[in-house]
Amino acid sequence: MNKKVSVFRKEHFCAAHRLNNPAWDANKNVEAFGKCNNPNYHGHNYELVVKITGEPAPDTGFVIDLKFLSDMIKQHVTNKLDHRNLNLDVAEFSHMNPTTENIAILIYNILREKIDDALELQVRLYETERNFVEYPAA
Amino acid sequence: MIFLTRVEHFNAAHKLYNEAWSKEKNEEEFGKCANENWHGHNYDLHVTVKGDVSADTGFVINASTLGKIIKNFIIEEIDHKNLNVDVEMMKGKLCSAENLAIAIWQQLSLHLPPGVILHSVKLYETPRIFVEYFGS
Repeated sequence: MNKKVSVFRKEHFCAAHRLNNPAWDANKNVEAFGKCNNPNYHGHNYELVVKITGEPAPDTGFVIDLKFLSDMIKQHVTNKLDHRNLNLDVAEFSHMNPTTENIAILIYNILREKIDDALELQVRLYETERNFVEYPAA
Repeated sequence: MIFLTRVEHFNAAHKLYNEAWSKEKNEEEFGKCANENWHGHNYDLHVTVKGDVSADTGFVINASTLGKIIKNFIIEEIDHKNLNVDVEMMKGKLCSAENLAIAIWQQLSLHLPPGVILHSVKLYETPRIFVEYFGS
């Protein structure tokens, strides 16, 4: 019998960013990214949902200790991204557009190293209430 | 007399930073909000007007008209902008939610039709932090 359970932890962070491709001229950037290309940045309240899937351990009944998961997210993700300028303050985005897609992939890659390989990991990231992404795609 | 509230939203960058202070004092007062490279929020704006119900329309104001006024005079000015750098109504002001709500009030009050009275501007910086301004 499949005993896999998914558990979730929500965190949030506030950050500034802009979408810009330095290989393109200003007109093409505005055409592709619209008001998100504003040179002086804009910002969002990001909501992060981290999903962990696995079988509850016989000794604890937990898939993962959610306090541990929360600490990992705060220490390695929100401390890095909260109240930052994603383009200027986060090294990974010095040569990559900080779209919601790319932020979710970054968060996944950071957390994947911290979470037991036996557990599945998925990241859902809301840029606004209506715009969100999931990685890896189910 | 009845109240009508219209909700709009916008996304913006800002920082809390008093130029008259040292970097250290700004960090002490404003913490991570003083980050020199900015951060940002999804703001929700609740505008409440009041007035008598028109016998002809049944409205205080057509909610669509109120939405257009807010969009034309507020959202267009601040959405996807840097509040400290790009926004005329915040020039020379600290970009706190308090000061932004007051500036929004001052702009909106210029553009409402006769008989429609601005009652409150409620501004959410995050789902857990919001300010309300009643004009005095």
